Amino acid sequence: MINKLAMSTVALAAMAGAPVMAQDISVKLGVLNDRSGIYADLSGEGSVVAARMAVEDFEAADKGMTVEIVSADHQNKPDVGSNIARQWYDVDGVNAILDIPTSSVALAVADITHEANGVMLNSGAGSTGLTREQCRPTTVHWTYDTAALANGTGTAMTNAGGKKWFFLTADYAFGHSLEENTTAVVEANGGEVVGQVNVPFPAQDFSSFLLQAQGSGADVIGLANAGGDTINAIKQASEFGITQAGQKLAALLMFANDVHALGPQTAQGLSLTEAFYWDQNDTTREFSQRFMDKHGSMPSMVQAGVYSATLAYLEAVQTVGSAEDGKAVVDQIKTMDIDDALFGKVTIRADGRALHDMYLFQVKAPEDSTGEWDLYNQISSITGEEAFLPMLDECDFSKQ
Amino acid sequence: MFELLGIPPQVLLGQLLLGLINGSFYAVLSLGLAVIFGLLNIINFAHGALYMAGAFVAWMLLNYLGIGYWPALILAPLIVGAFGILLERTMLSRLYHLDHLYGLLLTFGLALIIQGLFRNYYGISGLAYQIPDILSGGQNLGFMYLPNYRAWVVIASVLVCFTTWFMIEKTRLGAYLRAATENPTLVGAFGVNVPLMIMLTYGFGVALAGFAGVLAAPIYSVNPTMGEQLIIVVFAVVVIGGMGSIMGAIVTGYMLGIVEGLTRVFYPEGSAVVIFVIMAIVLMIKPEGLFGRPA
Repeated sequence: MINKLAMSTVALAAMAGAPVMAQDISVKLGVLNDRSGIYADLSGEGSVVAARMAVEDFEAADKGMTVEIVSADHQNKPDVGSNIARQWYDVDGVNAILDIPTSSVALAVADITHEANGVMLNSGAGSTGLTREQCRPTTVHWTYDTAALANGTGTAMTNAGGKKWFFLTADYAFGHSLEENTTAVVEANGGEVVGQVNVPFPAQDFSSFLLQAQGSGADVIGLANAGGDTINAIKQASEFGITQAGQKLAALLMFANDVHALGPQTAQGLSLTEAFYWDQNDTTREFSQRFMDKHGSMPSMVQAGVYSATLAYLEAVQTVGSAEDGKAVVDQIKTMDIDDALFGKVTIRADGRALHDMYLFQVKAPEDSTGEWDLYNQISSITGEEAFLPMLDECDFSKQ
Repeated sequence: MFELLGIPPQVLLGQLLLGLINGSFYAVLSLGLAVIFGLLNIINFAHGALYMAGAFVAWMLLNYLGIGYWPALILAPLIVGAFGILLERTMLSRLYHLDHLYGLLLTFGLALIIQGLFRNYYGISGLAYQIPDILSGGQNLGFMYLPNYRAWVVIASVLVCFTTWFMIEKTRLGAYLRAATENPTLVGAFGVNVPLMIMLTYGFGVALAGFAGVLAAPIYSVNPTMGEQLIIVVFAVVVIGGMGSIMGAIVTGYMLGIVEGLTRVFYPEGSAVVIFVIMAIVLMIKPEGLFGRPA
């Protein structure tokens, strides 16, 4: 009905003015994400801005590289995303596709990327399948996955005394996978799951489900959902006095944008896991301020992941000398010791999983927050090896 | 504890009450739709977008002008209503002599445009709007904790619904309105300004949507898609109640809120579709709706 394929083409390096270099590499990047739906704020145009910043910061032009960025809206639909990916690889000469939130779309694009020998630098999707059941030698999964979220939040809350869990689960693949991952973590830490309810997706009113959770006598209510569902559930839990009565909420997937939308009054005290927060150190603050100036909001971890993955990719392309062979570029990334400005030490495992620290944050109380985006206190950090699932043998592409 | 049988009565009572609260939103929204359809013959698909606009206007009044919840409860519906009148004068009024379908298409397009504009300016994550201080907190009823604000939602919606029904069905003004829809030419011949009445009716129906939006702002996420998710359900409510039946829309709104609430306990996965299942059954058995007059 509406062609949402918004192509924004930016030529970032005009070769005419650049000094003549030994190598002359041209790279075309495609940012494929949700530009109008529920993930538009945490990925969307902000991810395009992040990719552009990475190209500028890499000083691609000075290194004899011409980098072009295109972008499109996959509308969170696998068929739409697949068509765009095919068009990009087959017709438009795109070398790498970035971001791709919504696991179903990401899994489809992983296969297309492999067939086309392109590169998928995934930041937005949560499914562990990208480096497990559907692992591909051309995939890099940069920012987070559901297992890491479950490990971060699940372990911390169970060890803090939240032994009995009740899940409100968004009734689709992502919600079930998040619940399953978290259940495993809770049980491994000596906790138990006392009940769960499958909530139709998307939902506005959670009061009925919250009341069931309240009646279950659980210590922790695990929210295996995302975006607007999580926001509504937290807002209403506070309204119905559930958090005040001592039951704790575990937001299993929540981004800084969501916390910002809830406001500190309602979100205070929530525990959540993220891979990046703008206010962690001087380099993250410097990057985030520049991002803010261009985009008008602080970067989400997904947008930060697009920036860092693009930098690593461009470095690998420069070393390889060409962007044409996607698998060769990914193999090169996997050999690199990355010291990233935003994610710290990053290594890319043979299955494509990026390993870096994950952080457990707690949302500040309004009186402790000094500004609109002053949202988190860092509680603890866990290493990439602890946070992410171990590699499956069949996904160890170094042996194949 | 949550098996089909053996649900403790206090849990059931709690869910009934919650259903009533959700039904309040359905009732106010479907009432607006029924008024507009009954009197203008317009299937107003922009209703959800205008409900969303009501919530946003309340947010804007607070954040740009410092105007709080209570004045917003009056001002936001007036602003949304005025906007509705503008739409009616400039666009809808050209379609009255055409098939229903044209009105539906126009208002559907308008809904997409309004929603797109808000999404463009305010993003998709939503905005925070706090419950007014006087209504924060709640009462422990023994079987559940009832937030004061939710109690207020039920009271406000019952008052608004009853007043509207009374005005349309029991007053002279309402009689004019009903007569004007039956035979506009004749009523016009008696010196009644029919286009003005129709314009104000549309404005009023839309203002009801704005009012529901302000009621919803403190408890749901204020975001551009909040209306889109609700409007389809509300249409089903109107169809079940009987297109254009004022009382039907109100009673069905509350009733279906309760049915949906109970489904959330017995079979939560089905709670999103139960209303549509009922709609299908009603259409098969009594196509004019529970409270509609046979055509």
